[in-house]
Amino acid sequence: MSDATLDGAQPRSSLLVADPRTRKRNAAEARFRAYGLGAIVISMIMLVILLFTIVTGGVGAFRQTYLEIPVALDAAQLDKNGNRDPADIRKVLTLTYGKILEQSLQQAIADKGIAVAELSAKDVSNLISKEASAQLRNRVLADPELIGQTVEARVLVNGRVDGYYKGRVSMESAARDANTSPAQLQLADALKAQGMLATEWNWSFLTSPDASDQRPEAAGVGIAILGSLYMMLVVLALAVPIGVAASIYLEEFAPKNRWTDIIEVNISNLAAVPSIVFGILGLAAFINFAGLPQSAPIVGGLVLTLMTLPTIIIATRAALKAVPPSIRDAALGVGASKMQSVFHHVLPLAMPGILTGTIIGLAQALGETAPLLLIGMVAFVKNFPSAPPDGLFEPASALPVQVYNWTQRADPAFIERASGAIIVLLAFLLCMNLLAILLRRKFERRW
Amino acid sequence: MPVSWTLLLVLALAGAGYFVTRARVVALAGGDVRRLHSRPSYHGWNAALLTALPALFLIAIWRFVQPAANATPVAILALVLAAAGLGFALVRSAPGFRARNAVESMVKGLLILCSSIAILTTAGIVFSMLFESGHFFRQYPWHDFFFGTTWSPRFGGGSQLGILPLLWGTLYISLIALAVSVPIGLFAAIYMSEYASPRLRGVAKPMIEVLAGIPTIVYGLFALITVGPMLRDYFAQPLGLGNSGSSVMTAGLVMGIMLIPFVSSLSDDIINAVPQSLRDGALGLGSTQSETVRKVVLPAALPGIVGAVLLAASRAIGETMIVVLGAGAAARMDLNPFEAMTTITVKIVSQLTGDNDFAAPETLVAFALGLTLFVITLGLNIVALYVVRKYREQYE
Repeated sequence: MSDATLDGAQPRSSLLVADPRTRKRNAAEARFRAYGLGAIVISMIMLVILLFTIVTGGVGAFRQTYLEIPVALDAAQLDKNGNRDPADIRKVLTLTYGKILEQSLQQAIADKGIAVAELSAKDVSNLISKEASAQLRNRVLADPELIGQTVEARVLVNGRVDGYYKGRVSMESAARDANTSPAQLQLADALKAQGMLATEWNWSFLTSPDASDQRPEAAGVGIAILGSLYMMLVVLALAVPIGVAASIYLEEFAPKNRWTDIIEVNISNLAAVPSIVFGILGLAAFINFAGLPQSAPIVGGLVLTLMTLPTIIIATRAALKAVPPSIRDAALGVGASKMQSVFHHVLPLAMPGILTGTIIGLAQALGETAPLLLIGMVAFVKNFPSAPPDGLFEPASALPVQVYNWTQRADPAFIERASGAIIVLLAFLLCMNLLAILLRRKFERRW
Repeated sequence: MPVSWTLLLVLALAGAGYFVTRARVVALAGGDVRRLHSRPSYHGWNAALLTALPALFLIAIWRFVQPAANATPVAILALVLAAAGLGFALVRSAPGFRARNAVESMVKGLLILCSSIAILTTAGIVFSMLFESGHFFRQYPWHDFFFGTTWSPRFGGGSQLGILPLLWGTLYISLIALAVSVPIGLFAAIYMSEYASPRLRGVAKPMIEVLAGIPTIVYGLFALITVGPMLRDYFAQPLGLGNSGSSVMTAGLVMGIMLIPFVSSLSDDIINAVPQSLRDGALGLGSTQSETVRKVVLPAALPGIVGAVLLAASRAIGETMIVVLGAGAAARMDLNPFEAMTTITVKIVSQLTGDNDFAAPETLVAFALGLTLFVITLGLNIVALYVVRKYREQYE
């Protein structure tokens, strides 16, 4: 120190002017902060892009283009014997109804005086979805009195025309497409100008079953929602009691010995086993060994139960651990048995935490896809399963599997349906998570 | 359905047993419940459990072992068992009988049974895969499976089922996913635990948790319709690296996004577990905040972070839906990240969906693949848990 002052040299650093080394260190500090902030911003942007693309891609599935035309239900074609016998009417196939719809559409076009250049008969008939004739047939079967009358029918239009009004198909792409043509789209525009064609809110997406490759406009998630619901019921009925019982034993009663250690290590490892491995287990144990039916919600529910058990056990144990020992001591002190202190005092106090963990486990199970693929839930299911318990053994689909299924189809309209199904799935997940947060807020207790 | 009828009957019998026995002990005590060892409801529960449990176990075991067989004899046997249990409980019920102790030991037995289901599940996984893999290796030599470099299943016979191309695809995709998720997740965790104001933390943490709650099928669709075409049109085709929408890069990037919250929440816990005194010491010696993090906090947290990365790797290796929709189906050993490759999980799905012939090696190979996957992920998990646990002991 004294040498430096004796030297008479300029001070090498000042508090007011940062020296190069400090500047370098400060720059490093700023860079480091920027990296950190950048990482958070990148993950947020990713979340926004992810949700944005799915929602914009899928919102179209909730709107559907319909054609409103008067349909003359000709008694000579639909009921040849004229006795309105349901058995006879049932014999008339959808093909006949398709022809009736076609004639009605041609009649309507002629009535309104619509003329489109290069319009072929195929363009006119293809405007109507192939599903529409089946829907008309079902309507007539439900009410045979309609035969002979002229009814206003709300008819699904072809997926390409529907896509035209949602921006998926353009005149240019239609010219290259074998399934539609610019003339058909012009016809649709003309019908729309007459008020006969409109794009409306699509309830049937939520209620109707899946449809075949050729008719994306008719596909819906009705069976998938029901199947997912059934599986959640199975998970709720099995995973919650078993998970809570297991946690109570491990947390409150288990002696510290090798067996308990093995169980603990097991549970934490099971929580990290890839979900597809549970699918293999389900296939080998429940379907091949126990002989349960394929693509049934009961098998899916059992597999998802095994998968969610570790989540529920971990959450429940945390909730039990959070109850202070003084509660147990007080109960034991007034003469309760160990079992009574747990079931009468600790468990009710831990309930909110258990509920939250359960809901989060259920949400995880609801979005799981891979194990369900292996137990045959990809199968095409057209009929709604009946009410439980029998319905649990009948084929059904599940929301995430339905999404996967639709991504494997050739028609791009199914991508829109898949995104729509994801919106439904995310809406369910959002509701469950909100419920969990609300429960936590309402019942959270600090000791 | 005779099973549900039997179930209902057994439960009804148990309910009746509860009330009858409770009434009987109260009557035996002459209406004075103070003369009973246990409260009357315990006597009732004792009867109900003794009635229901053996019969229910019988039904459960039979359902699982022989689901298709004739139901009637077993249903009758179950009902007889239930009636016998009820009779036994009724005979035993007396004012001095220690019903509470009996009930509690039965309940405890049930609790132990439930906690053993985790073991049963693991055993089920291991045995089912070992069993079927055994069938596979009897038909297909194991060295060709583990060291074969060609994957071309043919259902007519003469398939080559080498795991190496699948393993290569799996590891390549996981590597890209980790290269994306580890830096981003780690930096996000550092920023949130060391720098962020409570307000930013309150916004950013839930948003990152939302990423964690999104099902993987959603990420898969994102890879299929957004990321894949974008990478193909803006990177792969201009650079002349390929024209495939599904590629290693697509799956790796999207999987990386999926793993960000996983890495960040694990690292957050670990960084927060580093004692404040270490930070205070470093700051007191004049280091900047970033120097504290880089030279003190991270080295102290390193074992935990390694554990977190290993757990993330195990997640990446076992991930299915993203690679099914994003990586493609061509088994290939290539370095070009814009080429479609495939993984173990994709091939498990493709060999086991559709009509399965459980005698053909082309189907059975899925179990061998599953077993390999299980062993790899289990190994990673055990090492990771060991590292994390050992590290935690240091500071507690």
